[in-house]
Amino acid sequence: MNATTTRRSLLLAGAGALLVVRPAAATPEAMRAAIGRFAGGATPRDGRVQLTIAELVENGNTVPVEVTVDAPVDQVRRIALVTEHNPSPEVAVFTLGPLAGRAAVATRMRLATSGGVVALAQLADGSVWQQRVDVLVTLAACVEG
Amino acid sequence: MSVRALLHAPASARRGEVVEIRALIAHPMETGHRRDSEGRLLPRDLVRTLEARFDGELVFAAELHAAVAANPYLAFHLRLPASGLLTVRWAGDRGFAHAESVRIEAT
Amino acid sequence: MKLPGALAAALALIASLAQAEPRRSGFDDMSPAVQALQRDDTQNPAMLWVADGQRRFAADCATCHDAGAMRGVAARYPAFDGAAGRVINLAGRVNACRERHLKRPRWAPGSDELLAMETYLGHLSRGLPIAPPADARLAPARELGARLWRQRLGQLDLSCAQCHDAHAGRRLGGSLIPQGHPTAYPIYRLEWQGVGSLQRRLRGCQVGVRAEPWDWDSDELLALEAFLMQRAAGMALETPGVRP
Repeated sequence: MNATTTRRSLLLAGAGALLVVRPAAATPEAMRAAIGRFAGGATPRDGRVQLTIAELVENGNTVPVEVTVDAPVDQVRRIALVTEHNPSPEVAVFTLGPLAGRAAVATRMRLATSGGVVALAQLADGSVWQQRVDVLVTLAACVEG
Repeated sequence: MSVRALLHAPASARRGEVVEIRALIAHPMETGHRRDSEGRLLPRDLVRTLEARFDGELVFAAELHAAVAANPYLAFHLRLPASGLLTVRWAGDRGFAHAESVRIEAT
Repeated sequence: MKLPGALAAALALIASLAQAEPRRSGFDDMSPAVQALQRDDTQNPAMLWVADGQRRFAADCATCHDAGAMRGVAARYPAFDGAAGRVINLAGRVNACRERHLKRPRWAPGSDELLAMETYLGHLSRGLPIAPPADARLAPARELGARLWRQRLGQLDLSCAQCHDAHAGRRLGGSLIPQGHPTAYPIYRLEWQGVGSLQRRLRGCQVGVRAEPWDWDSDELLALEAFLMQRAAGMALETPGVRP
């Protein structure tokens, strides 16, 4: 991701490395706004959502993540993932259809830098639940540039 | 080059059983923030949506953004109603579209 | 049965030496999350390349080659190509076949087509011990490779051996330095967000020490490949690997 590559280009300055311009990074406010859009007026409450993600990540390009919701599957409408410090806060929004078997999803995401990841679930009654995990992304030392 | 995608599902399961589906597709998920060696911005090129239907009925749908890793992977679950065809469709920028299907028998 | 003291001690020493395999695959140095990506074929992104290679093999190669008979082939490369009079790696062998027998153009190094074939063939040998050929014609290349392994390079003036022999297991920044055995190539490297060959990784390491990388399929890179596979002889092939 970009922020990581920017740090690398600073480390490798003067050695002909790939120069990357840092895009406007998302802020906690942008993440809160994205959460607000997903929640549609409801105030997210902590709980009922289990976010499984490594807390120390070797490479932010591919971070496995799993979300499960402690609610009957037919009561869960949508699941979302957002982050605090990526260029944009949204990662993905998942919709469970009538044939969904479990309120659970797994995918792989990108993390530009260390920070918060939040998983949210919207239930049929309109309530929204969330869990946050703070993830440390280490920078690979032997970089190819 | 042909699109490469893999759809993993059990060949059969009991009627009403919950089975896991895993979908993987080759795609760079170019964020639009990276630059090439000449300093030119590589344009955004993403898979935007995935939709899984079983004999036409919705199982699962996903709206993907740039923070989804390259070669997007998604795992979700189907409650098998009967024997039928699971179809997963991906769609994205530049008219990207691909579908994979697999038949699941209900025992 | 009670053994004489010296004999018992000697047997214990032999047993401990046999158990202490000092060589570690890069797999052993990875976090559990990335290990899980490699272990599970339904999650390993490189399986997309394996699937592509399987299709290409069926379309292009199956007229002459039986897929089952290809098990073991990847474990025996690089080899010596008598016709060309030089070391040849598996990708080179695929290209030589394309040119000589299919009368088709060679695939470019690092191309998805070539990587698909190499990954598929490597996958067919998964689990087998790396088995460098006992071919005397490979000796000069292996010796050159051993010298290059110890040769300081680049603005950082580092040799491969300094990191991957002397400091393997220690940390550079936050990362554990692996021993650098090519047990899993081609690999899906998270840093590349795609699959790449051993030569890509070697060239990348050279850029990493701020050296001009050797050309694809140069004598130097092939010598280094031959040396590295000899150094890893007997270790299990893991292709397709996942690495950070």
